[in-house]
Amino acid sequence: NPYAGLVSRLRAAWLLGKTRPMQHRVAQLEALGRFLDEKKQDILEATAADMGKPPFEAEFSEILLCKNELHETLNNLGTWMKDEHVDRNLVTQLDSAFIRKDPYGVVLIIAPWNYPIHLILVPLIGAIAAGNCVIVKPSEMTKNSEQLVVEVLPTYLDNDCFAVVTAGVQETTRLLENKFDYIFFTGNPTVGRIVMTAAAKHLTPITLELGGKNPCYVSDTCDVQNVARRVAWGRFFNAGQTCIAPDYVLCSVEMREKLLPALSKAISDFYGPNPQESPDFGRIVGDKHFQRVQKLLGSGRVAIGGQTDEKERYIAPTVLVDVLPSDSIMQEEIFGPVLPIVTVANVDEAIALINSREQPLAVYAFSSDDKVVNQVLERTSSGGFCGNDTLMHVTLTSLPFGGMGTSGLGMYHGKFTFNTFTHHRGCLHRSMGREALNALRYPPYSQHKLGIVRAASEVKRKGGCTLL
Amino acid sequence: HAELVSRLRAVWLSGKTRPMQHRVAQLEALGRFLGEKKQDILEATSADMGKPPFEVELSEISICRSELNHTLNNLSTWMKDEHVEKNWATQLDSAFIRKDPYGVVLIIGPWNYPINLLLVPLIGAIAAGNCVVMKPSEISRNVERLVAEMLPRYLDQDCFAVVTAGVQETTRLLENKFDYIFFTGSPSVGRIVMTAAAKHLTPITLELGGKNPCYVSDTCDVQNVARRVAWGRFFNAGQTCIAPDYVLCSVEMREKLLPALHEAIAEFYGPNPQESPDFGRIVGDKQFQRVQALLRSGRVAIGGQIDAEARYIAPTVLVDVQQEDPVMQEEIFGPILPILTVASMDDAIDFMNAQERPLALYVFSSCKKVVSRVLERTSSGGFCANDTIMHMTLTSLPFGGIGQSGIGHYHGRSSFETFSHRRSALLRGAGREALNALRYPPYSPSRLPLLRAATEHRRTACTLL
Repeated sequence: NPYAGLVSRLRAAWLLGKTRPMQHRVAQLEALGRFLDEKKQDILEATAADMGKPPFEAEFSEILLCKNELHETLNNLGTWMKDEHVDRNLVTQLDSAFIRKDPYGVVLIIAPWNYPIHLILVPLIGAIAAGNCVIVKPSEMTKNSEQLVVEVLPTYLDNDCFAVVTAGVQETTRLLENKFDYIFFTGNPTVGRIVMTAAAKHLTPITLELGGKNPCYVSDTCDVQNVARRVAWGRFFNAGQTCIAPDYVLCSVEMREKLLPALSKAISDFYGPNPQESPDFGRIVGDKHFQRVQKLLGSGRVAIGGQTDEKERYIAPTVLVDVLPSDSIMQEEIFGPVLPIVTVANVDEAIALINSREQPLAVYAFSSDDKVVNQVLERTSSGGFCGNDTLMHVTLTSLPFGGMGTSGLGMYHGKFTFNTFTHHRGCLHRSMGREALNALRYPPYSQHKLGIVRAASEVKRKGGCTLL
Repeated sequence: HAELVSRLRAVWLSGKTRPMQHRVAQLEALGRFLGEKKQDILEATSADMGKPPFEVELSEISICRSELNHTLNNLSTWMKDEHVEKNWATQLDSAFIRKDPYGVVLIIGPWNYPINLLLVPLIGAIAAGNCVVMKPSEISRNVERLVAEMLPRYLDQDCFAVVTAGVQETTRLLENKFDYIFFTGSPSVGRIVMTAAAKHLTPITLELGGKNPCYVSDTCDVQNVARRVAWGRFFNAGQTCIAPDYVLCSVEMREKLLPALHEAIAEFYGPNPQESPDFGRIVGDKQFQRVQALLRSGRVAIGGQIDAEARYIAPTVLVDVQQEDPVMQEEIFGPILPILTVASMDDAIDFMNAQERPLALYVFSSCKKVVSRVLERTSSGGFCANDTIMHMTLTSLPFGGIGQSGIGHYHGRSSFETFSHRRSALLRGAGREALNALRYPPYSPSRLPLLRAATEHRRTACTLL
């Protein structure tokens, strides 16, 4: 077990209580802030080398959003850490009843390659804030970012309590044999199952941030050009390698006819006449993924884009039409700059199609008619939802981010990350005296005593009206 | 079970369980079940494990009623969308958390509190708008039959079903895809459930068990301690997941505790507890033999009598118990209380931390500092100072384990939240495109500070100590 030594070293630090005092947590978090500032250039260069990430995108998604989470956490940590006093009944009226926020212990964070800094740091922020020791495993797919994290991040953190490990598929399997007190995994559902099965051996609690095909319904009543821009932005950001990107569009034939020229215009507004020459459009992370996405171009018919350049791992911003739910592009999460449009007769058909598939990480609905947006919200099931835009709901630290069904288990961002890595320990502190009250519950039992105990402890129905 | 599950899934997709009226109607029906079938519940639990009626009224019926009433009192509030703080970019938008049901939920109940531990999760699952398959324990046969035959009559049978299943059939049941699984039972079966859930990526709550330590410091009112510990240990003949499992105290305290425990037991159950109507029995022969074997650890200081035919084990206290003894290798789940001696509070804390993390941890001390230290330096599902079990009677405290003692928590609002998916929702305007232009390509670095200002939360960014 190659990682046993590391895990037990961190467990020893954990048992010493090193990560529990607020000052220690704040010091680590502030150090992460310095990492983001001082190593900004390195982060931009590494992500550019790994997947041609435009600096603006890297700065926004990998640095800026992390700093928002950091600030939110530092601003509120004192409050979040406090004991939460709770309502008491008559019997416990004079006692102290509260929820204590305890760390779990030694936590493992496994990160993916598409937002290699963000998807390590945002969980890490919560794990540290909650008082845990942490082992981070960055993705081996993005070699430059992995190297940056392995070599540089530990220089900012207390190495007794935090460690970065590198591991490919095999070594990750060995890593997962160890007992962790929490496992936070971001990646695909297949590996998610493997992680959960490994966690089950130790009864380790987990959060799984997975993926799926995020549907994007566009109703007939909308501002087509705005829709086209918002959908194109969400789809082509990071060359489509975003877990919450709109994966496919559902709309009527009429709307499709309007959407196509609008999408074409949006794409050329964004990336110019030849997106391969735009500094603002990314590349596919590796050859295997490039080939995977390229194959999906065979579904339906190319309406916009379709060009590829294998050497650069470039796939043009592409829109496919005449795509059927049975086509191969509709069988897996695309994770590339390809947007299929599937036509439906109406919103009911769109909803039925969405509900016939696995629950996605996000559902999108575009309509000027609030009722339509609300209908889609009410009648579908997903991790999150955004009406009239894409991606934006995850920029709010006050909204929980997580999946449902095969798109994931658990949620985080903002205080939800802190809560994810915290055990909410129910505590009751009673008095050593006041025994007379307790006597009511002791044997020898009597109906009389029962009546009093019930009156003193049972919650009564208020008002007795059923609200509609 | 495939047909049953797909039948329920079809009903789930039709949205039958979502309207508040439907949820309230089911919950009120559960209230009627508890009222109208009270006598049947008393008789069934008595037949299954000699449960004294008082204990059933308190721990099975009254507790369920509290959860029911608390839920009915608060359901509309819990169901409401929770609007959240926005940043500049979303200032004019609607941002909220929608409480969505999961879908078809499976609840597996244990045998020790067969009504409570099936109904309290059920209350949460219904309140959250789910369809539910319930599997009561096959070990408490009479309650299983009661639940299987009577409970469905009170509920909408399109949406709620009770299945009976032994070990094999439960394995088959778990092959189906559920949208949530709530399991109460032992850690070894907990692993099996979680492994099965992993195949479908089904979220789970596991309410398991462990050995709940009970540290008694030298500064305490010994007789009060003895009563509170004895009550917690011998309630339901010790078959309680949060019963104090073993005591840690100094040699001096042990010498005071023994006569006090002896007196408490006599006060509670009389000179011959086997004749007391207020003391239960072990649920089955297999469990009886398991618990009986643990009597051989250490030395019997109080009790120790057994009657295999009646599955009676006397309220027993063992002393001179070592960490390696059989009674310290498994959750006792019977009316036996071992006392282990430690030199100091620090030794007690080290001892507790060397074990698997328990469902509950108890400390008895008149000194607040002792209580605080033990709370701070240990880890457990829940915690109670100067009493046992009582923390679980507050609907406002989350109830659950950590490590081997479990994953997740419930009771009160926590039950509703356990069975709800908190779905983030952002509803933006179809217009106001000018603001969005900040983020579109062609990118310009000068826009980044604006984007930062637009997405930050409106707070002052000072680092607090």
